[in-house]
Amino acid sequence: MEVYGTAVASRLMLGTAQYPSPQVLAEAFRRSGAGIATVSVRRESGGEKAGAAFWELARGLGVAILPNTAGCHSVKEAVTTAHMARELFDTPWIKLEVIGHADTLQPDPFGLVEAARILVEDGFQVFPYTTEDVVLADRLLSAGCEVLMPWGAPIGTGLGLTNVYGLRTLRAQFPDVPMVVDAGLGLPSQAAQAMEMGFDAVLLNTAVAKAGDPAAMADGFARAVEAGRLAFEADPMEPRDMAAPSTPVIGKAFLE
Amino acid sequence: MRRATVLGAGVAGLCVAAELAARGCEVTVLDPAPAPGPHGCSWWAGGMLAPFCEGETAEEPVVRLGRQAADWWQAQGATVERRGTLVVTPGRDRRELDRFARRVEGCERLDADGVAALEPDLAGRFDRGLLVRGEAHLDPRAALAGLRARLEGEGVRFVAGRGAGRGPGRPEGTVFDCRGLAARDVLADLRGVKGEMVVLRSAELRLSRPVRLLHPRFPLYVVPRDGGLFMLGATQIESEDRRRSVRAALELLSAAYALHPAFAEAELVEHGADARPAFPDNLPRLRRQGDTILVNGLFRHGFLLAPALAAQAVQAACDGSRPELMDEDHA
Repeated sequence: MEVYGTAVASRLMLGTAQYPSPQVLAEAFRRSGAGIATVSVRRESGGEKAGAAFWELARGLGVAILPNTAGCHSVKEAVTTAHMARELFDTPWIKLEVIGHADTLQPDPFGLVEAARILVEDGFQVFPYTTEDVVLADRLLSAGCEVLMPWGAPIGTGLGLTNVYGLRTLRAQFPDVPMVVDAGLGLPSQAAQAMEMGFDAVLLNTAVAKAGDPAAMADGFARAVEAGRLAFEADPMEPRDMAAPSTPVIGKAFLE
Repeated sequence: MRRATVLGAGVAGLCVAAELAARGCEVTVLDPAPAPGPHGCSWWAGGMLAPFCEGETAEEPVVRLGRQAADWWQAQGATVERRGTLVVTPGRDRRELDRFARRVEGCERLDADGVAALEPDLAGRFDRGLLVRGEAHLDPRAALAGLRARLEGEGVRFVAGRGAGRGPGRPEGTVFDCRGLAARDVLADLRGVKGEMVVLRSAELRLSRPVRLLHPRFPLYVVPRDGGLFMLGATQIESEDRRRSVRAALELLSAAYALHPAFAEAELVEHGADARPAFPDNLPRLRRQGDTILVNGLFRHGFLLAPALAAQAVQAACDGSRPELMDEDHA
C-alpha cells in the first residue's frame, strides 16, 4: 500500500505506548512485522529533549515513525505538537488527533478539519484520526488529507467495529482513498473483519501492549491482517440462504 | 574480600553496604549528599513490597526475587507491615479486576462485605475487590534513614561531598557502583522513567494496607504511612524530565478522589517527581567492569529488589560467580 507516495510494506501499524518494557515493545514489533510505529510526542515530552531516550528507542525499531498528537484537545495544541514532532523525527507525517470528548475520546470533527487545513498548508502530510462519518471524511479530503483513519471503536476499548454499516459506507464512498482502521480493536478477528471489508490497514496499540503476552498477540494480529487482506483480494462469495452443495447431487444413485 | 567501596547511598547502595558489612567487610560509602533526601529516587518510592501485584506486568524474576524483600527489611530493623494488598476498581471497570486476578497469582476475591471488613473506611464504596496476601509495605524514608544509622553504628564509613571518591580519597578495594541514573556515564543502555507522587494528610481516613485502584487510564496506588499520611503513586512516563506536572497532579488526585471523596479534604503535603533508572527490559542488572561491579536498573522496584540484587552483587564479588542478574562480562 502507498501513503503520500511512500510504499508501506505491512498493513499492520502499531502504537508504542503502555508496553511492560521497551524490550517487550521491540519483541512485539519484531513478531508483528509492522511497517509503521506511532509515537506520542506530547505525553512523553516535557521539553529539553527529556524523552530522547525513548524516541531513540522508537527509531531503533527500524520502521517508519508516524508521530501523533495524542492527548490534544484543541486545534492550537495539536498544531504545536505537530510542529514539535516534525522537528524531533524529521518527518512531514503526522497522525492528527483532536479529542472532543473526555470520556469517549471521540474526535472533535470541527477542530479536526481546521487543524488538518492548517497543517496541510504548513506542508504536513496529515493522517487524521476520524469517525466513520462520510461528510467529515469529505471535508478532511478537501482540506488536503490523502489518508483517512476512521475509528473502529473508542480508543482503548477493544470493542471492535461498532458501526459496520458506517464503515462499509465510508469505504464505498471513497474507494481510492487509503484508509486505516484506527483504534478500538481488541482481537485479531476484528482486524481481519476490517481488512475483509477492504480497509487498507489497521492501527492498534492497547490490544497488543496490554495483552498478557504482547509479542504473541502481535503475531496473531499480523496473521489476521494478512488473512483479511487475502480474503478481500480473493473476491469473497456472497452469503445466501439456500444451501448449495459443493458436489452436484444429480446423477447419484440415491438421493434421500 | 576485606575492603569495599560503595558509590551511592540510595536504596541500592545501602543494601549492598549492609550485605558487605554482614560479611565482615570494611565498607566506605561515597555519596555527594550527607543523608537520604530528595536528590535520590529512593526518596520518592512508595515502599510497597508487592511482588505478586507487580507481576501483573513485570517479568518473572521480579515476583520470585521480590518475595525475599519483606523478611530482609525486617531483619535490618525496618518496620514492615504485612497486611497484603487490596485491589479495587471503579464500578464500570470491574472487568479490570478479572484480568488482574488472572495474571496475579494468589488473588482472593472479596465481596462488598469483604472489602469493608479489611478497610472499614472503604465500606459501601466497592462491591468487589481482591486481596493479595503475602505482600507488605514499609515507610521508605524511615527505612533508608534507619538502615544508614545502623550501618554507621556498625562502623561503615560514609563520606559525603562532591568529588567524594576522587583524588586522595579514591575508592579502595572492590567498587560497587550504585549511583542509579547518574551512572549513565558508564551504562549506555540505562534510561530514566519519570514518576510522580503525591503525599496527603487526612485525619478522616484510615487505611491499614496499600490499596491499588485499577483504572484503564489512571491507575493508582495509595500507601498509608504514620501520622495520617498517604502516599499516592505513581505515574510512569518515558521521559527524564524531573518537573512536577499539573497533569500528574490532576491524575493522581482525581484517582484518589475516586477511591474516597474524603481525600478532597486532605492536606496536600508534598508533590515529587524523579526519574527511575531502568534497562530496556525493566529488570535490574549487575555488570562487571574491571574492579567495579555495577548495580543498577531497579526501575520501580527499588525496595522490592535491592535486597536480592545486593546479595547477588556481593556474592559475585566474593566468589567470582556469575549470579542470575549478572550480565556477561562487560570489562
